[in-house]
Amino acid sequence: MTGALKRGVQGLALVGLAALLGLLIWKVVHQNGNTAARQIATGKTGPAPAFTLPRLRGGGKVSLASLRGKGVVLNFWASWCDPCKAEAPILEKAWRRYQARGLVVVGIDANDVSSDARAFAAKHGLTYMLLHDPGATYSRYGLTGVPETFFVDRRGRLVPIHLAGPVDLAANRAKWAEGIRLALRS
Amino acid sequence: MGGRHPARASLVSVVAAVLALALAFAAPAVASERHPTLNELEGEVMCPICHTTLDQSDSPAAQRIKAYIVRRIRAGDTKSEIKRRLVADFGPGILAEPAKHGFALLAWLLPIGGILVGAVGLGFAAWRWSRSREPAAPALAGGAVLDPELDRRLDDELRRFE
Repeated sequence: MTGALKRGVQGLALVGLAALLGLLIWKVVHQNGNTAARQIATGKTGPAPAFTLPRLRGGGKVSLASLRGKGVVLNFWASWCDPCKAEAPILEKAWRRYQARGLVVVGIDANDVSSDARAFAAKHGLTYMLLHDPGATYSRYGLTGVPETFFVDRRGRLVPIHLAGPVDLAANRAKWAEGIRLALRS
Repeated sequence: MGGRHPARASLVSVVAAVLALALAFAAPAVASERHPTLNELEGEVMCPICHTTLDQSDSPAAQRIKAYIVRRIRAGDTKSEIKRRLVADFGPGILAEPAKHGFALLAWLLPIGGILVGAVGLGFAAWRWSRSREPAAPALAGGAVLDPELDRRLDDELRRFE
């Protein structure tokens, strides 16, 4: 093989290797990024991960940024999840009680058939905002299952409280009330 | 009109055989697309919670997706339509096989590219190896480098075999 051809093949192999390495690094960074759950676990909370998701009912999309100025409860749920049935009335009650004080309850339906989720919402008489997530927001918030709940304050920053499991779980009750209080704080 | 040319006849036979083979494979594929079954879709759709195909999972999420697939089959959806609906609800990760377009196409092309590059590399290495052995043969055949003492001993040895 001539020297030039050899160098060309070696260069091409190096470029290919660098591309594969870059792809691997990109994947690792995006998989283990700074999720909301990790921010809270490490005590370094900042702006809540942004999202724009379709409404479950009625069409249109809603972004988290559009809720700036409100205290936000972000509840991830699915129609097949049993604990979600039990906590849905609690979320509904909180929404009705605190909406005048600037609270927005956002139920994000994840890992679910959207028609099943709509049937669930109708059956339980849910009137709070319901969005559907095809998966990316679930990952960005670092969920390991449903239900899980986060709180976002009026400035769009994560409140350092993360409820893994239903809000009415004994271990979560005090945190649930504290989360709403911190989200509504000016 | 004369008799059929033998070469043309064999070509026609080959083309007919290839067409028959293609049809044999295409017919079930078309049937599967138009009238999918839960069994085949269970192996092509993932459970988003357990990260296995549906046929490996009995979780509540998997059961809901199976029930949804059955409903869509009864409604007359094709396999592609069902998959499109699932991707709209769950994202592309719901499919066991990566999509054959966009960035996911790399998952199909990279292994094929790797195999091709490997095959070319192996072929080239084999070609180089065979070429590097060629010049050695004439040198030995010419006997220019053979030690006279070794040459004599070889002749003795060979004579013993005669």
